[in-house]
Amino acid sequence: MAEYTLRVRRQKPEADDRGPAGPYWEEFEVELDPTLSVLDGLLQAKDRQDGSLGVRCSCRAAICGSCGVKINGQSTLACLTQIGEAQERANRLARETDAGADGDGDGNQPIVVEPMGNMPVIKDLVTDMESTHWKKIRRVTPWLIDDGNPPERERIVPPETMVDITQTIACIQCGACVSSCLSMEADPDFIGPAALAKAYRFVGDPRDVDTEARLNDLAQDPHGIYDCTHCFSCVDACPKGVAPMDQIMRLRRLAGHDHDIDDRNNGRRHETAFVKIIEKKGTLDESLLLQESYAQGIKGKLKPSKAAIKGLLGSLPTAIRGIKTGKMRSLPKLIPGIHPKLPGDAQDHVKRIYKHAEEHREELNLYISGVEDDEPAEVGASAETTVENAEERRDS
Amino acid sequence: MGIISKVHPVRSHSNAAQGGINAALNPGDTWESHAFDTVKGSDYLGDQDAIEVMCREAPEEILHLEHLGVPFHRNEEGKLGTRAFGGASQARTFYVADITGQAIMHVLYEQLMKYSDLIDRYEEYFTTALAIDDDGNCVGAVTRNVRDGSMELFEAKNVILATGGNGQIWKPTTNALICTGDGIAMAYRAGAPLMDMEMIQYHPTTLAGKGFLITEGARGEGAHLLNAKGERFMEKYAPNKMELASRDVVSRAEQTEINEGRGFPDGTVALDITVVPKKRIHEALREIVLVGRDFAGVDITREPIRIKPGNHYTMGGVKTDVNGATSIPGLYAAGECACVSVHGGNRLGANSLLDTLIFGRRAGAHAADRAKRIDWSRPSRAILADEEAKIGEIMKRERATGRRISEIKHELGTTMDKYVAVFRDEEGLTKALETVRRLKEEAKTAYIDDRGTVFNQDILGALELSFMLDSAECTCIAALHRTESRGAQYRTDYPERNDEEWLKHITLTLDGDEPKIGYAPVTITQWQPAERKY
Ligand SMILES: Cc1cc2nc3c(=O)[nH]c(=O)nc-3n(C[C@H](O)[C@H](O)[C@H](O)COP(=O)(O)OP(=O)(O)OC[C@H]3O[C@@H](n4cnc5c(N)ncnc54)[C@H](O)[C@@H]3O)c2cc1C
Ligand code: SF4
Ligand code: SF4
Ligand code: FES
Repeated sequence: MAEYTLRVRRQKPEADDRGPAGPYWEEFEVELDPTLSVLDGLLQAKDRQDGSLGVRCSCRAAICGSCGVKINGQSTLACLTQIGEAQERANRLARETDAGADGDGDGNQPIVVEPMGNMPVIKDLVTDMESTHWKKIRRVTPWLIDDGNPPERERIVPPETMVDITQTIACIQCGACVSSCLSMEADPDFIGPAALAKAYRFVGDPRDVDTEARLNDLAQDPHGIYDCTHCFSCVDACPKGVAPMDQIMRLRRLAGHDHDIDDRNNGRRHETAFVKIIEKKGTLDESLLLQESYAQGIKGKLKPSKAAIKGLLGSLPTAIRGIKTGKMRSLPKLIPGIHPKLPGDAQDHVKRIYKHAEEHREELNLYISGVEDDEPAEVGASAETTVENAEERRDS
Repeated sequence: MGIISKVHPVRSHSNAAQGGINAALNPGDTWESHAFDTVKGSDYLGDQDAIEVMCREAPEEILHLEHLGVPFHRNEEGKLGTRAFGGASQARTFYVADITGQAIMHVLYEQLMKYSDLIDRYEEYFTTALAIDDDGNCVGAVTRNVRDGSMELFEAKNVILATGGNGQIWKPTTNALICTGDGIAMAYRAGAPLMDMEMIQYHPTTLAGKGFLITEGARGEGAHLLNAKGERFMEKYAPNKMELASRDVVSRAEQTEINEGRGFPDGTVALDITVVPKKRIHEALREIVLVGRDFAGVDITREPIRIKPGNHYTMGGVKTDVNGATSIPGLYAAGECACVSVHGGNRLGANSLLDTLIFGRRAGAHAADRAKRIDWSRPSRAILADEEAKIGEIMKRERATGRRISEIKHELGTTMDKYVAVFRDEEGLTKALETVRRLKEEAKTAYIDDRGTVFNQDILGALELSFMLDSAECTCIAALHRTESRGAQYRTDYPERNDEEWLKHITLTLDGDEPKIGYAPVTITQWQPAERKY
């Protein structure tokens, strides 16, 4: 048993004798075993102190998807987060932000619990998932479209395809990924990680006959598969290993590479440029990337189209932000030709990865191959996720 | 047509079903074999006509689900593959990793979205009572919209209850917080008889304290049960089927080991999954890997995990026929809230999802047919006013007058887990019944904190508690009344099965304030009662 303070972002839906409607913070002291969950803590507060504390929950075991919240700023399930760990994280965060300050940052900090992001709040920790999450799920035609002619027995399909889509079927529709999605924050119309993962569930299902139409739809939609910025937040947030971003990357590969879908959003060209540059240079040259994606050959013979120039100009703020934050190299290095090569034999390594990726087409299924530690993990993933994000993946 | 659910439908408890769903679909398997296993599993209390219907229709149901898009596990040839389950003479459990229930329910919800122009969904609407007209027909239900607190009377020619089990009456339980047996109590209050209420399944492998389930699939894949001395104790209790005997048998064996001092000090025995090949664990039991890691801090691929029997399933429920019809015209029940009875004294693993699907479909078809034949009968609006008044009264209660809802719930749960569990006797059951009756009184003055309209979960908790107390009372009375041991009912004071006196169902019908005991015969078609050996 240990004592914890839960600092809960509450929202009163209606005014009453206890106060006006609106958001406020309230702290609850709870006492429980550190291996129990933050949800157990919330329920204890609700049971013993204030029965009006609103939080959806049912299974207590990360199965029903009811209890999506933010804990210490991270989107997750309340029932899956051990309260002891949440405490450690709260303390760590306090230490990091108070690094210079003296005195405080020691001792136990309150564990901060807030409703999920990117969704309107109904009451306390209860959000309106209908208008955000479910509407988008319905957007991707979320049912199997078969040939209308089911056989007498089962459909015979390669066994690994069923294992494959089980990763996305494992989604419990909790909304944690939606809550954490950075693209969604910028573009509320973005179809989003959960719905796109749901889309892959059908695209990857050999029993579905509408693959091409589905891919085309998702590629052409300006809020579709190319609206994702590879930020990994959804992969981190997802409690069930669905890895929505990976599913989005697979949709892109299927759309752009396998089905040759040229989208209106320049998504495919951007991606092709990305891959080409890395192949050539062994590392990403952002200066080339913009130009290649929007206007291949802008410095060469081809004249860029109007749309391309518009796209390029539209990207300037991003480019400038990129330079400022150090994600893109500073101006002098933007001058073509002086982009440095990777040191040592790194360039060869990159080439080998490309060769491997071209010769072996392996679908990434983290859920299964990612946890097997007896055999060495296979090189999977589409080329760009491997190269671009290898490091981040190690950290996460 | 409308579907009313107190939580978003995909949050329903069926998604917890990990292991799979049974059907005699493999070449060489027969529905008779499935039916016999079910009859034997039920300790001959199951109604054989109903069991025959279920087992005969099972293969079609699996194929139907497959055609709708459930990604069932395939064998190397790409055909449906099976795993072994307890109490079954053949491997006939079809599955999706260990998220079978979730996969099925999500696919069915996909179909609901697909046919949204035909079926209205009322998501987060809590049903508080059934509407019965002057002729005794069920003609609708009263609901509270959870989001805004408004009360509504739904009129219908038929009402089908599919409200699930009541595991929350026990603490701990593998059941979700929403499993409070609302439909069982609502039907009982409307006058429908309940049946087999004493038959409560304790699952052999649950995590101590927290009640989380480790699927039977783990034993199906070959995991062993060990006592603290490292002995594979099932050799003593079920030398042939070992860990895969019926659940009542395995739970009793574990509890005996624990009671006789061969368990671990924390009142558990061990489940050793490390004997299953690692690759197979990750492929077929990955949810259990997560449960072990996240909720027990154990890597099940490397070390045994401590488990004990825990409350899991209610075999009993609202008495229905093979079409899901209850004794009240227009009222149907299907799934865990119903008692057809296909599970009798003990349900076989992976037969419950099947029960929900087969009898859910049959109830739907029968109700649709009835709807065509009858005229509308309007419910009286008085019931709406009554329900509003009931809620208004709870909201107005003063704090000083009573206990907290959560306190009563806690006392109920621990009492039931102590006295109405794997081993029972008259003294304990009497204590349990007295406690339940006292709690029923206390619940009448229990207070809540939330007086609001929007998402007032507090008031719903109060309503659920009163539903739970009704079922708990029936369970205690039936368990006291059945003076024999059969299936999940093991009376230490009456340790033998007594077919002469007790090869019959106990029914309970509301009479005034208390249940009246009655009996229903067990239907026997081709399998005469025999001694049960595994
Ligand atoms: C952990 C676990 C594992 C299991 N594994 C298996 C397995 O492998 N194989 C198997 O066959 N069985 C298994 N079972 C049993 C099986 O899952 C259940 O018996 C079955 O899912 C019950 O389904 P149901 O449709 O009757 O009820 P539920 O799925 O519980 O649904 C009840 C519905 O009724 C609604 N409801 C309830 N009360 C109200 C109200 N007052 N107003 C409005 N709506 C209401 C709820 O919102 C919900 O939608 C398992 C059970 C558990 C607990
Ligand atoms: S990776 Fe893409 S989908 Fe996932 S959170 Fe980031 S932007 Fe959103
Ligand atoms: S993808 Fe993961 S985080 Fe997103 S809704 Fe599904 S389970 Fe939740
Ligand atoms: S309570 Fe079901 S996912 Fe947390």
